[in-house]
Amino acid sequence: MEPFMKIKSIVTPLDKVNVDTDQIVPKQFLKLIQRTGFGQYLFYDWRYEQGGIPRKDFILNDPAYKNSKILLARDNFGCGSSREHAVWALDDFGFKVIISTSFADIFYNNCFKNGILPIRVSDEILQKLFSTKSEIEVDLEDQIIMVNNTPISFDIEPHWKKILLEGLDDIAMTLQHESQIAKYERSHKT
Amino acid sequence: MSKTLFEKIWDSHIVVDEDGRSLLYVDRHLIHEVTSPQAFDGLRLNARKVRRPDLTFATMDHNVPTSDRSLPILDQTSSVQIKALERNCKEFGITLFDIHSPNQGIVHVIGPELGITLPGTTIVCGDSHTSTHGAFGSLAFGIGTSDVEHVLATQCIMMEKPKTFEIKIQGKRKNPHAVTAKDIIMSIIRKIGTAGGTGTVIEYRGDTISELTMEQRMTICNMSIEAGARAGLIAPDEKTYQYLKGRKYTPNNYDELVNDWRDNLKTDSGAKFDKSFTLSAENIAPQVSWGTNPAMTDDVTGSIPFPDEYGKGNPEEVKGATKALQYMDLKPGTPIVNIVIDRVFIGSCTNARLGDLIEASKVVQGKKVSSKVRAMVVPGSQLVKKNAEEMGLDKIFKDAGFEWRESGCSMCLGMNPDILAAGERCASTSNRNFEGRQGSGGRTHLVSPVMAAAAAINGHFVDVRELDLN
Repeated sequence: MEPFMKIKSIVTPLDKVNVDTDQIVPKQFLKLIQRTGFGQYLFYDWRYEQGGIPRKDFILNDPAYKNSKILLARDNFGCGSSREHAVWALDDFGFKVIISTSFADIFYNNCFKNGILPIRVSDEILQKLFSTKSEIEVDLEDQIIMVNNTPISFDIEPHWKKILLEGLDDIAMTLQHESQIAKYERSHKT
Repeated sequence: MSKTLFEKIWDSHIVVDEDGRSLLYVDRHLIHEVTSPQAFDGLRLNARKVRRPDLTFATMDHNVPTSDRSLPILDQTSSVQIKALERNCKEFGITLFDIHSPNQGIVHVIGPELGITLPGTTIVCGDSHTSTHGAFGSLAFGIGTSDVEHVLATQCIMMEKPKTFEIKIQGKRKNPHAVTAKDIIMSIIRKIGTAGGTGTVIEYRGDTISELTMEQRMTICNMSIEAGARAGLIAPDEKTYQYLKGRKYTPNNYDELVNDWRDNLKTDSGAKFDKSFTLSAENIAPQVSWGTNPAMTDDVTGSIPFPDEYGKGNPEEVKGATKALQYMDLKPGTPIVNIVIDRVFIGSCTNARLGDLIEASKVVQGKKVSSKVRAMVVPGSQLVKKNAEEMGLDKIFKDAGFEWRESGCSMCLGMNPDILAAGERCASTSNRNFEGRQGSGGRTHLVSPVMAAAAAINGHFVDVRELDLN
């Protein structure tokens, strides 16, 4: 995994609560057996009319947000299905940071496994970010979101911070515990 | 020190604690065709093996057709995914219940049916409805594909310890044939919300839960994820031990294990939960979802709400409800029993077990599906199908005009040819009413099997408490 660097970008405000992973990637695109190329299917049913014509009223089709790397979302983002394809699609589309008041558990984990930083903030801060038109900067090392020269700090679990910053392979990390795993297996009944 | 059931299972599976997280041992890993191919690719890329193929079981359920299994699969992309699973299981030595196996079925139906699911164990699967297995007192949860790869390679999962959430359900349902386990769990989600359980493992407790059959308990635990919970748990009891006895993969030392479970697998009196919620079962009515998430649900006797009233002053919720009603093409104030439906789906890991089909067949027997409705039954597994056929249930459904299908996830998520057309309205026994879930533009109303069966006959929702179901 690539180490996570500072991200500076305008934000894409997706003003909707309870966005489920069925919306992030509809099921018809889950049949691919690779991890790549899912960006074109991101929010497919919201992005396109029947027949593949982009919907003018959907935020991702607004050219103003074309190079945005930061997605602003509302409460309970990523709920529902465990499909990691949702995170692969966000990543492939170009989003590296997602900011919301809350995330669904499985989605939250899946983000870190793919080098995406999900940040939880208060209602008040989210509201402020939703009204920001200028670029913001996310600095994971210092745990700071810089908005119009005002720093806003955020919390993050230390292990996830380390994994993102160093781009670690978590399977290799677990395999370092091989002797403990083997010991556990010897004493375990079921 | 007093511990909850969850804490006991958690503590007994810790391999090592590190940085505020625990490396937990995984007792059973279930895999299917949709969320595993990239995980196997990852193993190959890094020249890693499957650590415990003997603890890993695979089936194909998500995208398999439910029509004649002797015919080739027409959808090429589905076929590629199914073949990839066959190849991967062969290469890594994993037991696979393939499309022609008598043990094939929805992964959360076959796990318990085959005795792979056991009390006190940890179970993971790349599917959010893994919470179903919690009905047996196992700590079971869904994971993403990266974690599937992690478990394949290490037989462990690294996790932060979730909080505990006690949900107590007490009292007798007035009509247990009409007010089902589905109505209980939908009532809970309606009250605590789709994020009410986020970050927690729910333990369902109380006399109402004790009275439920194992299949009904699975329906409850299955939808824990719809309340945002990592997992749902029910302490095992004699019904649990009886259910698992003599199944295909039930261990040889089963009686010895049961003795141990009887002593240990319960929440100690005096143990504290981080959160609690209590529900009385006495006044629960049959539930019908009206919106685009499972908390947007009302009693069958209710009406479509006005968004302002539903949102209770929260502008985001008001907006959400407005958008949901637009998508569902429903007007506030419409009585739920006036909603006319086009399709009926009885199936899914929530409600496609033998008991579900028996209950639904009582509504259907001797009647005909409304001429305006297309209705189908998709048994949860080949074994459920076989048992149902031995009881003659297939004949009851077919005589009434239902389609009787092969097992799979089918129209719960519409990855196979069983989908809703845009604008079609479906009474469905599945678990999610998200936009487009059952087909792009399709409209889903979540209900119990008896409610779905009655809607099929009448062409609209009816209060099944008015029917004689005994």
